[in-house]
Amino acid sequence: MSGYRSRSERIGRALLIALCTLIFAFLVLPILAVIPLSLNPGSFLVFPQEALSLRWYRTLAESPQWTHAFGNSLKIAVATTLIATPLGTLAAIGLAYMRSRAKTLIVAIITAPLVVPVVVVAIAFYFLFAPLGLVNGPVGLIVAHSALALPFVVIVVHASLRGLDLELLRAAASLGAPPVTVLLRILAPLIAPGIAAGAVFAFMTSFDETTIALFIAGPEQRTLPIQMFEGVREQVSPAIAAAATLLVIASTLLLGTAELLRRRGERMRAGSAAPDLGA
Amino acid sequence: MPGSHARSAAPRRWWAFALVAPLLLFLLASFVLPVLLMLSRAVTDRELHTVWPESAAALRQWDGRGLPPDALAHEVARDMITARQAGTLNRVANRLNYDMVGSRSLLYGTADMLLSGVPGDSVAALARIDPRWGQPGIWAAMRHADGPFTSHYLLAALDRRLDNDDRVISVAPEQAVFANIYLRTFKISALVALFCVILGYPIAYLLASLPDRKANPLLILVLLPFWTSALVRTAAWAVLLQTNGVVNHALQNIGLIDAPVQLIYNRLGVYIAMTHVLLPFLILPLYGVMKGISPVAMRAASSLGATPLRAFLKVYLPQTLPGVAAGAIIVFTLALGYYVTPALVGGGADQMISASIAFYTNQSLNWGMAAALSLLLLVPLLLMLFAGRTLARTVPA
Repeated sequence: MSGYRSRSERIGRALLIALCTLIFAFLVLPILAVIPLSLNPGSFLVFPQEALSLRWYRTLAESPQWTHAFGNSLKIAVATTLIATPLGTLAAIGLAYMRSRAKTLIVAIITAPLVVPVVVVAIAFYFLFAPLGLVNGPVGLIVAHSALALPFVVIVVHASLRGLDLELLRAAASLGAPPVTVLLRILAPLIAPGIAAGAVFAFMTSFDETTIALFIAGPEQRTLPIQMFEGVREQVSPAIAAAATLLVIASTLLLGTAELLRRRGERMRAGSAAPDLGA
Repeated sequence: MPGSHARSAAPRRWWAFALVAPLLLFLLASFVLPVLLMLSRAVTDRELHTVWPESAAALRQWDGRGLPPDALAHEVARDMITARQAGTLNRVANRLNYDMVGSRSLLYGTADMLLSGVPGDSVAALARIDPRWGQPGIWAAMRHADGPFTSHYLLAALDRRLDNDDRVISVAPEQAVFANIYLRTFKISALVALFCVILGYPIAYLLASLPDRKANPLLILVLLPFWTSALVRTAAWAVLLQTNGVVNHALQNIGLIDAPVQLIYNRLGVYIAMTHVLLPFLILPLYGVMKGISPVAMRAASSLGATPLRAFLKVYLPQTLPGVAAGAIIVFTLALGYYVTPALVGGGADQMISASIAFYTNQSLNWGMAAALSLLLLVPLLLMLFAGRTLARTVPA
């Protein structure tokens, strides 16, 4: 947009920018504010006055509860990623070949975990697993997290298939390549950025998930979000700010990478696909 | 386009289904089935049926008017003894207690008397042990719990119950809590959606009006909170909104307030944190819609002499309404089921229906109630989403 000619238009624009600056501040400052708070040498939740200290990070690192919770979260998130990524990727490829009516129904089923409130999913798993004795093991949590993560993988990989010339795959198949070869040698490299982005989403979905974990994780399966939830409930201290800071950094790095991958995939397809294949 | 190939690839369509099948099977087993099984608890009643099969069969013979025949009383007395000895009386006692408070102690007291040899083979004999056996209440409660289906939990979730003659009546005022909690849940969700529209519209508008080169860096400011989990952002607000926290200090420093004000563990804290958590869900779809709006119509309006404000209101705003509706519905429906944020920054009077669902699951162990509350949360939510989708389809893209 260029050339705001009238005066009232310029004033309107200035007002809009001023208003948006405030709203952007509301969006971002609360997240950034925890960083200086976490570097507080004292126990107060105000900005550090004199010195900065890593005291609260040491508290986290030396607390067996926090490190154990971190290990659990990592384990469960990796398992979720390993289940959700292949299942979701295969389904996304299948969906690309489907006709609209069957596709609509299947997409509705796949996206249902995004629509149903997590608390409803949580008690559904609780009712199912409690009589089976699965409530205290990691299996229940991994299965539940995989169900939640699948829609993200399908959506991201499916988006990376859009605009891809499926004629290439047909060409390979008509030249005698078996389906598995077509998938692994031609399709997979083309949509690798999309698959990687989907895997990151699956990992983060599990790593950040709080509600289901609160219901079905036993004391041995305490995850980082449970630890954080109970920390905030019991006593809000700079240790919470330190944990929040670490999680903000982790999710920004990971999901920022996923976003870059997604865009790279888009650019790759935007350019002609043939030279890429020739290279 | 995949669509154009579907026809020519018809013989190979089984292949596409084979690729989707593993995921569908996984979701059916790990999501669809558990949720349906859970919801079925809202309308089924199996306790009396499984623990007292003889009495349950006899109850079905009875016409249900006034007091039951002595044969039924005899079956109930026998089942009570058997269940007490087998340690399963608990399940029936709890179920009957939902219908009639005091059933629990009545059953245990009577069972112990029967075990000690006191006769209980007729209604009159049972009434000598406890006069409540001579009144219709406990017998109606048994009939209501006879299964296999029940309206008890759904009625209770609506603050209603069946009286002794099976008419739907309101529960006592001090027990009528759910209507209030549902209203509160809807009110909080609607206001959060409204706040998100008010704050999100200008941002989406600004982003859509900028060239990509300038919009992309600003988009990161929306994506950063979007990427950070709701729990972490709620925790951040819990840190900032404390009475001696940063926000109170800042407000005092700029002279807006003299003494710290309560910003957290009340409704204000819930509104602030939930609006912050859900705002990106409004901005991103609205931005998508706004980017698709051609500037030509706006230019035409101003070249025909419309003031910028008039052109905005008459030409631009109507085109963005589908985006506003879509974003608001997403925010509203997500807010309806929120659990973690109200639990951490709200007070007791700010808890939403999800907190009641959690209570009946973890503390009261009344799973039928938890299921009924979930069902009554899901139905309006799905209706909203369906309405939203229909709306989106009627508006030309």
